[in-house]
Amino acid sequence: MGQLKVIDGGGEVAVTTRLSDLLQWARKWSLFQYPFVTACCGMEFMATAAPRYDIARFGAEAPRFSPRQSDVLWVVGTISQRQGPAVRRIWEQMADPKWVIAFGTCASCGGFYDNYTTIPGVDKVIPVDVYIPGCPPRPEAVLDALMLLQDKIQANDRKPIIVPPRLVPERAPGRTREGNS
Amino acid sequence: MSQAVVERLTAHFGERVLETSDAFGDHEVVVAIKDWAEVAQFMKDDSDLQMDHFIDLTAVDYPERESSRFDLLLMTRSSVTGARIRLRTYVKDGEEPGTLSGIWSGANWAEREVWDMFGIKFNGHPDMRRILLYDEFVGHPLRKDYPIDKAQPLVPYREVSDIDKLPPFGIEEGQPFARIDWEARLAGGDNQVSPAIGVQQGQRRTLSDSEAAQQIQARIKARMAQESAEGEASEHSAEEGSGQ
Ligand code: SF4
Repeated sequence: MGQLKVIDGGGEVAVTTRLSDLLQWARKWSLFQYPFVTACCGMEFMATAAPRYDIARFGAEAPRFSPRQSDVLWVVGTISQRQGPAVRRIWEQMADPKWVIAFGTCASCGGFYDNYTTIPGVDKVIPVDVYIPGCPPRPEAVLDALMLLQDKIQANDRKPIIVPPRLVPERAPGRTREGNS
Repeated sequence: MSQAVVERLTAHFGERVLETSDAFGDHEVVVAIKDWAEVAQFMKDDSDLQMDHFIDLTAVDYPERESSRFDLLLMTRSSVTGARIRLRTYVKDGEEPGTLSGIWSGANWAEREVWDMFGIKFNGHPDMRRILLYDEFVGHPLRKDYPIDKAQPLVPYREVSDIDKLPPFGIEEGQPFARIDWEARLAGGDNQVSPAIGVQQGQRRTLSDSEAAQQIQARIKARMAQESAEGEASEHSAEEGSGQ
């Protein structure tokens, strides 16, 4: 949280902060999401939501299939020109404050669909807060995006941001029949 | 098996079968456009042929061809004999071949797709509308003269100054196949859409020729060299640690 002040009254403790900070803090840990899933990236979205990566740890486990009840619009997959009006309308129906995450290269910039069918990035139609590169992005990148979004919400910052790539980790030691090598 | 179909059709239609071929084991019969629906109907109904499985219907555009612009292709198979055959005809721009939707109902949507993509209308089709694109779309995108970079957005694009740059997924960001030339475009105004198509058409430079691309590749190489140097350094320290 932003400004925190702890007042120790001997036995009783009070914590003060600014109201706006408290509100943003509450918002960032209770993001209701609207998954607008159109293509292969959806698989990785499911992987992120499933127990192994467990998006619930970030207070974002509740998908809402009504835009009126949701805070974050996840645009997951390729958005064709024909879907443009639909995604725009869904975004318009969401109540403020609302955020948009472009999931994967297609949603971010059209990917390799560089032709008449595809919107070259959903940001051509609606404003995007966080872009996740990757085709599809790994769940780690998705969680990175969610944490970035939480930071943005806390800081009340609407500047678009791109999830930076992680360094490729060292190869894990291989297993042999005898045990770990 | 499929050869028998060719022979049966040649025997029955005689001169009206213009050509036959069996390149790569794909048997093909070419007929004139006026015989198109009749031959198809015969293939379906004839007790020897029984081509009851409609596989696909599509077209090919040859804009440079004087006589007739399109090839129209029908792929069918018989689930009784297992024979496969391809029926071909030549269609001029504006000509309307007869519909096959009354013969195989699967042809209904396939013909709508051919109309949508190539602009070939089918005579007698019950519902000649676009199937994949929207009604507002002008033109037929699989015609070779449709501009390769022409999009027809339904929602006007937002007016934001830096929107074209975001996000800069170049080669460096692990997206070698996504819009790789945005930097090349910024640097040289190269309007290349896709490198493969550019090379094929002989109009545009390949990405690896452009100065910007070479700069990117040099940067990547430098970064990789640096990382491997760092990696070796850490390996050495690890070995020392285990030795103690
Ligand atoms: S970015 Fe790749 S994985 Fe994701 S929707 Fe596009 S093509 Fe599919």
